[in-house]
Amino acid sequence: MTYRIRCCAAAALLCILAPPATAQEVMSPIETVQARIVKIFGAGGMGGLHSYSTGFIFSPDGYIATVWSHVLDPDVVTVVLNNGRKLDGRVIGAEPQLHLAILKVDATDLPYFDLDEAATAGTGQRVLAFGNMYKVATGDEPVSVLQGVIAAKTRLRARRGAFEVPFEGPVYVVDSITNNPGMGGGVLTTPDGRLLAMIGKELRNAETNTWINYAIPIDEMADVAMQIKTGEFRRRDDPEERKATPQNYLAVDFGIVLIPDVLNRTPAYIDSVIAGSAAEELGLRPDDLLLFVNGELVQSCKELQAALGRLEEGDLFQLVVRRGDNLVSIELEAPDKDER
Amino acid sequence: MVSIRSSFITAMLLIVLLPGGLAQAVDPEVKQAEQQRIEVMARAANTVVAVFGAEGGGGGSGVVITPNGYALTNFHVVKGAGTFMKCGMADGVLYDAVIVGIDPTGDVTMIKLLGRDDFPAAPLGDSDTLRQGDPVFAMGNPFLLATDFHPTATFGIVSGVHRYQYPSGTILEYTDCIQTDASINPGNSGGPLFNAQGEVVGINGRISLDKRGRVNVGAGYAISINQIKHFMDHLRSGRIVDHATLGAVVSTNQDGAVLVSNLLQDSPVYRRGLRLDDDIVSFAGRPIRSVNQFKNILGIFPKGWKLPLAFRREVDGNIETHEIVVRLEALHSASEFTPDRPQRRPPGPPRPKQDGEDQPAEGEGEKTPAELAKYYQKRHGFVNYYFNELERDRALRGLVELGDYSGIHGRWIVTGKTETAQDFRIVFADSGMGLLLGENAYLQPLGTDVATIDEPPGSGGLLAALNHFRRLLTMGAAVFSEFFYVGSMPLDGVGERVDIIQAELDASHSLWYFNKQSGELAGFDFWIHDDTDPCEVRFTGLRESRGRFLPARWTVKHADNIFAVFNVEEFELTEDDQAADKEPGL
Repeated sequence: MTYRIRCCAAAALLCILAPPATAQEVMSPIETVQARIVKIFGAGGMGGLHSYSTGFIFSPDGYIATVWSHVLDPDVVTVVLNNGRKLDGRVIGAEPQLHLAILKVDATDLPYFDLDEAATAGTGQRVLAFGNMYKVATGDEPVSVLQGVIAAKTRLRARRGAFEVPFEGPVYVVDSITNNPGMGGGVLTTPDGRLLAMIGKELRNAETNTWINYAIPIDEMADVAMQIKTGEFRRRDDPEERKATPQNYLAVDFGIVLIPDVLNRTPAYIDSVIAGSAAEELGLRPDDLLLFVNGELVQSCKELQAALGRLEEGDLFQLVVRRGDNLVSIELEAPDKDER
Repeated sequence: MVSIRSSFITAMLLIVLLPGGLAQAVDPEVKQAEQQRIEVMARAANTVVAVFGAEGGGGGSGVVITPNGYALTNFHVVKGAGTFMKCGMADGVLYDAVIVGIDPTGDVTMIKLLGRDDFPAAPLGDSDTLRQGDPVFAMGNPFLLATDFHPTATFGIVSGVHRYQYPSGTILEYTDCIQTDASINPGNSGGPLFNAQGEVVGINGRISLDKRGRVNVGAGYAISINQIKHFMDHLRSGRIVDHATLGAVVSTNQDGAVLVSNLLQDSPVYRRGLRLDDDIVSFAGRPIRSVNQFKNILGIFPKGWKLPLAFRREVDGNIETHEIVVRLEALHSASEFTPDRPQRRPPGPPRPKQDGEDQPAEGEGEKTPAELAKYYQKRHGFVNYYFNELERDRALRGLVELGDYSGIHGRWIVTGKTETAQDFRIVFADSGMGLLLGENAYLQPLGTDVATIDEPPGSGGLLAALNHFRRLLTMGAAVFSEFFYVGSMPLDGVGERVDIIQAELDASHSLWYFNKQSGELAGFDFWIHDDTDPCEVRFTGLRESRGRFLPARWTVKHADNIFAVFNVEEFELTEDDQAADKEPGL
């Protein structure tokens, strides 16, 4: 009895000591992202070249990813943390094919993005874009935030001046105007602040000559960033040699047999469903067309396979299929690998 | 194969149509939020105006903020449009409007729509509560699209708050402004930025431009409504209102501290004790960590306001912290706004390329219809003197409460005890002012060739100040060379909001403060000349004598000291008695 009373007293004390959390005390997703963003000041300032850009911290000991540009030409650039602290930044490596450069500043215990926890997104996903555009933020002023949606995930066909750019990987194209001075090296996040991509350079579409608002998905560059950080990075001449996409799961792991993948973009129709499988249990049928995995549009068997390949054990994920004129949404769990 | 192909095409079609085709039911909360937004926007749209010159030229936006038609727009929208304008509203009606007051530095103009006293008016929000990511929407007349005057709505988020935008070659400066990605384009200028509740949080006026020409590129700037609230009564005064300077320049040192790097020795802030290399800690209650923050705060207040300033100084290894209240000085001289040669337009240096400014209306001929003419009164140094008289007479109602002093030109004798229990006797007369304080007698003679002096010494010229008081009570506006409504401010930086009336006589001038709520005369400041600290008199309570009233308690301050507190016990007023000795004999 005494114990219980004491317990209650302790609980009451706790209530007194812990005031109810208010909006001021809890960091919003935007504030959490801002803490990981830096403003970079370097070379430029003449001939239409801007002397400022953006970067983001991906390691607590001061490693910063940014876009590879003329701003980084000097040996030392000025890096301004979100709290206004000014530090010297040195380029320790770069992968021009990814437009990626890694800076190091002398600091510890910095808030940072874990690149392994970066998210991916499909067309239509709402996003926030963060960057030091037009240098409107100085000192401890947070950088600009724009809202938008991912308009496309596509191959980049861009140029800068007369030069085609080397990067050919998939990029997110957004409807917010991220193609602005200083925005390069900023980040695209989900509305709840999960890192999606690094905002690219000021480039034009090679075909239409219009400015494109694109960002490079983190999963395209995470490995290289980590390799540069650890000093293991060697430039690859053949982009085909880049790490193969993970193949954690195949469609058959869920009891789905797709139609033969005979075209460049074979639509992901179900050919048959394995008896007793999860797919049968959830009512999937032959001739169902798989359209979305976790909100991400899959336009072909290959894309479906890539999406399933990235799943981890125990992941809950959503499938949207077209059946006749209806869309049907079901939820599945990635099974333990031993049980497959 | 055929079946696959056709299904494939259907699938692709479906993908295009998908947003409408998703079979899942929409969360009712989403529908409710959507409906709420639609209603907020419908209400807001009714308050938005499309602003044109008298002949229909130009084109910008604005927003009505009172039912009797006071509206806000940008200075650069109506610059050159003349006195009268045409304003289209969502009801499709084109209203006449007249200019009220301008703030060229802050890029704000107040106009008044005419013809109704029940205009739909937008509520004002609190722009200091905005945070990055908050939803906002802009309304206005971009690219002059709406021929029926129904405003265009563009939606976005707050991209940044407390932004500072350099003047870039003009006196127009955006301080402490709101940055948004809601699309603001030429023609949006002067229009409102609303929060999700449909309250005005800013006036859109500027955009960042770079390589794409004069269109929005994701960065627009709105003047914060909290800044405009500071200037609201100033704008209603029918004058050109000015921003402020501290008389000190600050810069950041290596460690990021904001230090005083230059200082005018004849500035009030120097007299209050600020010195070179002092470390500015806070200003107007906001912490200072960058030069931008300092400029942001300085930029949102009118000249003449008093603000608290805290600074640190190292003396013999010890850090001293000082807190002062400092009166802000004018940023510009009057001649910068009102050039002598009338053909030169008011402040119009070339405008910067990167400004998203709208084309001002053509300089149009002033053909004023008779029914509108009464809303405009021309006077040198004023934008529209009509509104100054209106506000002046409103503010002066506090004097009427004191009773009818007209014709009471004889000797006045006010007696009582000071807070330190000294007897005092103040004598007011046309020929001079006298004070007997304890054993000491002080005299300020009056007349054409008599110098105004600091009498009693250390009071800042109390006797000359009280002469202004007597003249104000007995003769009102007519006796002063200038007498006009200034605007409002919190009394002494921290008190209640007071209306301000300025009175000028020879080289001296005084400011009269009337409580905005009660109308009561709260006190006045008197300057023997401009470059000195004033004699500050604050009133509380009332004493009566035969139907007339005088304040009961007079607190007199000068510089950093209280000179005396006079508690009035009795006063005696003599009417204009030729026989009476007009000398202020004590």
